[in-house]
Amino acid sequence: MSEIQIADVAMRFRTRRGEVRALEQISLTVPDGQFACIVGPSGCGKSTLLMIAAGLVTPTEGEVLVNGKLTLEPGADRGMVFQSYSLFPWLSVRRNIEFGPEIKKALPAERRKASTELIGLMRLDGFADAYPNALSGGMKQRAAIARALANDPEVLLMDEPFGALDAQTRQIMQELLTDIWQRYRKTVLFVTHDIEEAIFLGDVIYVMTSRPGRIRTTLRVDIPRPRTFDTLTDARFAELRNQVVGIIHEESLKAVESELVRA
Amino acid sequence: MSRVPAARVAPVPSAARPRRRRGFVRTYLTPKQAIPRRARLILGVGSFVFVLGLWSLVAVLVQNPLFVPTPYQVVLTWWDMMVNLSFYNDVGWSTFRIVAGFLLAAAVAVPLGLLMGSFEAVRSFFNPPINAVRYMPASAFIPLLILLQGLGEDEKITIIWIGVFFQLVLMVMDIAQRVPDEMLNVAYTLGASRWTVFYKVFLPATFPEVVDALRITMGWAWTYLIVAELVAAEHGIGSFILIAERYLRADRIIAAIITIGILGLITDTLFAIIHRLAFPYVQKVRA
Repeated sequence: MSEIQIADVAMRFRTRRGEVRALEQISLTVPDGQFACIVGPSGCGKSTLLMIAAGLVTPTEGEVLVNGKLTLEPGADRGMVFQSYSLFPWLSVRRNIEFGPEIKKALPAERRKASTELIGLMRLDGFADAYPNALSGGMKQRAAIARALANDPEVLLMDEPFGALDAQTRQIMQELLTDIWQRYRKTVLFVTHDIEEAIFLGDVIYVMTSRPGRIRTTLRVDIPRPRTFDTLTDARFAELRNQVVGIIHEESLKAVESELVRA
Repeated sequence: MSRVPAARVAPVPSAARPRRRRGFVRTYLTPKQAIPRRARLILGVGSFVFVLGLWSLVAVLVQNPLFVPTPYQVVLTWWDMMVNLSFYNDVGWSTFRIVAGFLLAAAVAVPLGLLMGSFEAVRSFFNPPINAVRYMPASAFIPLLILLQGLGEDEKITIIWIGVFFQLVLMVMDIAQRVPDEMLNVAYTLGASRWTVFYKVFLPATFPEVVDALRITMGWAWTYLIVAELVAAEHGIGSFILIAERYLRADRIIAAIITIGILGLITDTLFAIIHRLAFPYVQKVRA
C-alpha cells in the first residue's frame, strides 16, 4: 500500500508588497495505485503544491503524510520528475537511472538489471551509454522517468513533465506513461495545465482555483482503461474536457481580473 | 588503355529554375553565417601573414633596427638570447612563479568560491570584503609587498595570488550559484542526503565551468607577474625586459613579449585539452 495524503495545506509568502496567499485549505488523498492529476490556471500554485508534497518546500500550515506517516523532508519514497528533465549531464543515461539505487547501495548486478529493464521499457535501447546532451527532449524525459522509477518510490510526483515537449512527442509520451503506469501501478500525483493530458492520464482530476489556489472541483475520470489514442475521440472524453475547460476559463478570467484590479 | 577522366555531370541550367546565387556578399557578409572551411583556414593563417608583413614593411620603411627590428632579426635575437643569455632561465623562473602563485590562489579560491556559492552564510560573510578588494589593482600592492616581504619569490607569488584569488573566487561563486535548484531537488527526491547532494551532484555540476574559470584567470596571472618583475626582480622575463630596455634592445623586448604570448598559448591549450578529456559530455569546447 502506498498512499499520499495532503492535509489542510496552506502556503503564504511574505513579499515586500505584503503577504501573498498561494495555497489555501488543500486536502487530498491519493490512494494506492491511483493516478491523480492536478490542473489549474497558471499561477494557481499547483507546482508549489507538488514541491510541498515532495518535501522540498515547507508549507505554512498543514502536513504531508505517506502511508499515514508524517514527512518533513524529501526522500526516496516520493520520486519527482520535473519539466526541465534535470538529468545529471556528467552521467550516462544508465548511470543517471542507477543514481537512486546507487545511493541506496544496491548491488551492482541488481542495479544493472533494473536499469536495463527500464531502458528497454522507456525505449532508450542503444542510448544507455550516451550522455543526456545527446538526447532529444522526449528521450531526456523518458530517462528522467526511468530514473525516478528505478528507485521504486511509493509515490511518483510529476510536475508538468511533458510541458516542454512538442505536441506530437507529448502525445507519444502520454501513451507511454499510461502503459508504464498500467505495468507498475504506482501512486501518481501529476501536475499539468494541459486539460486533455489530465483526462487522458488520470483517474481523478483536481481542478484548482486561481490564486489563492484551492481545490474547486474533484472529477472522476470514468473512461475505461487501457486508454489509447482512440480515447481522445471518445464522447465521454469530450464531455469531461468541456466541463474542465469551462471551469478553468472561469478561473483564468478571475485571475486576470484580480491582476487588473491590482494594477 | 588510355585513362579517361570520369565525366562530371554539370548541372544543366534550366530556364525554369532560378539559379542559386553564391555571390561574395551572400557567402561572407550574412551575419552569423558559417563560411567555407577553407576560407576560415586561409583567413586564420592570413592574419599572421598580414601582421608579419605589416611589421616588416614598417621596419623597412623606418630603417632603424634599434627601435624597429624586422621579424627575422627578432627570431635571430631570440635564438641568441637562448644560447648566450640563458633566457630559458628567466622563462623558468617566471613559469615557476606563475605556477606557484596560481596554484596557491586556486587552492583557496575554488573551495571558498564553491562554499560561498552554496551557503548563503558563507557568502554573506566573505562577499563584501572580497568584492571590495577586487577593485584594488593587484599591481598597486607591489610597493607595499616589497616593504613587507622584500624582493624575493614570496613577493612575486603574493602578487599573483592577489591578482588571481579575488577574481577567481567570485567567478567560482557565480558558477556555484548557477547550478540549477532542480538538479539538487531531484537528487533529494532520489533519496540523497545533503552531503550526498553536495559531493555527488553539486560539485560535479560545477567542475567544467570551474576549469574554464581557471583557464581564464591563468591568462591574467601572466600580466600580474610581468608587472611585478618589471618593478623589481633579479630574474624572470619581466626583469629581462627591463634590462633590455636599459640597453636599448627593442629586439630583445619584442622577443621576450612574444615568448610570453607563446607560453600563454601553451597553457591555454593545456587547459582546453584537460577540459576535453575530463568532461567529454560538454558539447562544443573551443580551443
